[in-house]
Amino acid sequence: MDTMAAIKQTFFQECEEQLAELESGLLTIEREEGDAETINAVFRAVHSIKGGAGAFGLDELVRFAHTFETTLDGMRSGKVETAPQIVRLMLRAADTLADLVRVSRDGGTVDAARVSQIGDELAQAGGAQPAPAAPVFEPIAMSGDQQTDDFGFAPVMISFDDLVGGTQADGGQNGFAISFKPKPELYAKANDAIRLLRELRRMGEAKIRCDFSEIPLLSELDPEGAYLSWHVRLSTSGGDAAVREVFEFVEFDCDLSIEAQGLGGTDASLAVEALLVEAGIKESAPAPAEIPALAPVPRQTSATPPQLAAVAPPTASQGAPAQGAQQPSATIRVDLDRVDRLIDLVGELVINQSMLAQRVMEAGIARLSDVAVGLDDLEHLTREIQDSVMAIRAQPVRPIFQRMSRVVREVADMTGKSVRLITDGENCEVDKTVIERLADPLTHMIRNAVDHGLEKPDDRVKAGKPEQGVVRMTAAHRSGRVVIEVADDGAGINRARVRDIAVRKELIDADAQLSDAEIDDLIFAPGFSTASTISDVSGRGVGMDVVRRSIQALGGRITISSRPGQGTTFTLSLPLTLAVLDGMVVTVAGQTLVVPLTAIVETLQPKAADIHSLGEKARVVAIRGSFIPLIDIGSELGYRDSEADPLQSVAVLVETENQSQSALLVDGIIGQQQVVIKSLETNYGQVFGVAAATILGDGRVAVILDIDAVVAGTGRDHANRKRNAA
Amino acid sequence: MHVNEQDLATNSELIAFRLGEQEFCVDIMSVRDIRGWTPTTPLPHSSDYVKGVINLRGAVLPVVDLSARLGFSSTEPTARHVIIITQVGAQTIGLLVDAVSDILTISKASIQATPNVASELARSFTKGLIAIEGRMISLIALDNILASADETSAAIH
Amino acid sequence: MSKVILTVDDSRTIREMLKAALMDAGMQVIQAEDGVHGLEMLESSSTPDVIITDINMPRMDGFGFIEAVRGNGKYRAIPILVLTTESVDDKKERARRAGASGWIVKPFDPAKLVSAINRVAA
Repeated sequence: MDTMAAIKQTFFQECEEQLAELESGLLTIEREEGDAETINAVFRAVHSIKGGAGAFGLDELVRFAHTFETTLDGMRSGKVETAPQIVRLMLRAADTLADLVRVSRDGGTVDAARVSQIGDELAQAGGAQPAPAAPVFEPIAMSGDQQTDDFGFAPVMISFDDLVGGTQADGGQNGFAISFKPKPELYAKANDAIRLLRELRRMGEAKIRCDFSEIPLLSELDPEGAYLSWHVRLSTSGGDAAVREVFEFVEFDCDLSIEAQGLGGTDASLAVEALLVEAGIKESAPAPAEIPALAPVPRQTSATPPQLAAVAPPTASQGAPAQGAQQPSATIRVDLDRVDRLIDLVGELVINQSMLAQRVMEAGIARLSDVAVGLDDLEHLTREIQDSVMAIRAQPVRPIFQRMSRVVREVADMTGKSVRLITDGENCEVDKTVIERLADPLTHMIRNAVDHGLEKPDDRVKAGKPEQGVVRMTAAHRSGRVVIEVADDGAGINRARVRDIAVRKELIDADAQLSDAEIDDLIFAPGFSTASTISDVSGRGVGMDVVRRSIQALGGRITISSRPGQGTTFTLSLPLTLAVLDGMVVTVAGQTLVVPLTAIVETLQPKAADIHSLGEKARVVAIRGSFIPLIDIGSELGYRDSEADPLQSVAVLVETENQSQSALLVDGIIGQQQVVIKSLETNYGQVFGVAAATILGDGRVAVILDIDAVVAGTGRDHANRKRNAA
Repeated sequence: MHVNEQDLATNSELIAFRLGEQEFCVDIMSVRDIRGWTPTTPLPHSSDYVKGVINLRGAVLPVVDLSARLGFSSTEPTARHVIIITQVGAQTIGLLVDAVSDILTISKASIQATPNVASELARSFTKGLIAIEGRMISLIALDNILASADETSAAIH
Repeated sequence: MSKVILTVDDSRTIREMLKAALMDAGMQVIQAEDGVHGLEMLESSSTPDVIITDINMPRMDGFGFIEAVRGNGKYRAIPILVLTTESVDDKKERARRAGASGWIVKPFDPAKLVSAINRVAA
């Protein structure tokens, strides 16, 4: 039973892969870039799901997959054309299939009406005649228990007991007279008369007589020929069907007659004859199938060599892509826990290595000594191991991008808009966890793009744009991070309206002076929602502030840019991994802190002339003509009571998410370093102003600053921050 | 024989430790490790009873000044102080105490209810009292040890 | 001497099910993911007693695979069972014409699988 549970899990994993394959194939066909193999692959995906689903008795899934497959088969054979509306129907069918898979796995219900409607549409598309009734499969029991099949087509229905029946007590014996004369084809298919006779003997008491009369003279003997025939009298508890099943595979390759007879054929002469024949079988049996070495190339295979030759090259050279077919890459499936354990251990190794390096330096060992050089090598090696281990967790963003095409279809359907999703960079690899946690925010952004970003078709036409809107989703690696953009070609942000709403919701003062970028950024403000009604689509009470927070929780940033009449672009910048971070190690009030390198613009030594007071406590520093707020990290984080002297400090110029700059005052800079990220939340909780922790070379914990929170925190009252910290 | 089995089932082993003049204990099953004091890394905006975080074999865990947490004076840790590493639910937390004094085996029946004389805060962290060899030892409830002050006072009311 | 069975199927689920059923019956299993891979496994592993193959597979389908096996003097005597959800008679007919020894209809019952193997295996 455990085996079956494990295989079921495999099945659902495989379903996910097949569904992705299915969707990407259909999208390829939709772009009119597909060929015969694309259709084949799409067919196979559905077929595979059906096959597995049958094994687990998932009737509803089987039924739908069967209908789907039938239509796809029509497409494969050219009976169904790949018209746009058919492909769109198939995409919706793929979504439904995905729903059915999910329900089979996680429970719950699907919209039965929708399933049957799409099923009907599929059947209709598949041809005028209704789709053949789907076979309903019984789930398989792994024990050999008796089971009847309900295939509409099953040639015979017998129980397993019938097949082994000969050995058990004779509760009603049947007698059969069987004549059996194999044709050469039987041997050519690697079937063998002996095995069939052996099966008959297993069924009960069999008296077998071999007829050699047709064997020709040796000179005339065709080694591929068939000259023997057999007569069997069988007494068995099994029925006619069981006897016929023995010959099921060969019925067209032999002359066969099976007649039911009364018992009583126990006459001694027959029995003796049978014994003789049995001995004879062993001699006469070397049928063609067993002497292949002698055999010339058989006639029937003369057509095959070209085909074999065509597939031979990939056998020889692994890398050669034969006719666009892809070599299955050698992969293993590993429990994620094991990978994470390895990553943890490598993290420890990195820390240990830097601790060792620090000790060696403290011991005053010369930089060019063998020990120091050896340590350098160790460091390189450690980094390489770390990178390689991280790469294990890296996965392409493709599956999530594919999921978004469904989101686009659904929202387009609901809002009555026509939308094309263009994706690029699906092969970009990111840490598995990052990918998993991107699904929700991306879904929300895509919904927003279609629902709010794009105009209604009429409005688009009026604005001189094509009726069909375009949402473009791209992923790319940029300086050690992955950048994902979601852009629509809609009307852009209605800034006047955003401003009005922000004022009405008391997010800003009515007379606030805001730049365009600042207005756009209001979209991310908690409690802001531009939808005047909570629509079915973007609603759900989730705003872009939640999106921003979930992106930030991943160590990422999200920004918006919008051009009136031309569209809106959201840009996500994400770390490639959640395990390490490039940081600048600084000291503040005796504490060692890490500032994420991605936030740092530059470091500088403030001059007295550049520092100005603003209001009661605030200070700014003039950098190239702009006044940048000075933030004293030490007092901000409560490490010291008095404000630091800027002239005795180093200013780290950082840029926050919404592109505003601040200068963080620190006491000194130790250096740049890649640090292993350790969660504070596992054993403690979120700390305001702190993104995570790390362990430094001396074994002590250092906190990693959350720049956006620190900068945002300076604008708010302390009580507010306290509450956030708790 | 029957009686012994019952005893086994209801006995607990406890680790006793000192905070100032008073003795406390925790269930040995929740103790992962006992180590000497190591300097902690303070966390910004944390409650005063959170001494900061330490590195324990690659994990970052908080150290709670138990004395301050119970409403007594805060501890100025020295090399002689001890951190008891405990498992509280899914979290691992270090407790800063003066010294470990004993390992006790007691029957659960000998745990008495906490009388009303104790302060509300101290009482909220005490599961009960144990009298042994003329000493009084309070059994600490670890569940809310990291909860915020707000939540704690809410729990009391 | 336990029988060695080569299973050729692109579905991991079906491969695993075949493996479980066959190993339960005391047989050894060699797995391949499609026709091309199946031919490679024939070359690189011990010669199987029986081959079980799917029909719909990428790169080389079951028909192509059977023809290739039957066309190779070394392997043409190996019985081949076709795994099919397609019970439709012309599919069976095609498998037979390609040289399959027999067929198993998916989803298969382990007992029937074993009995089908017994009918074709030496």
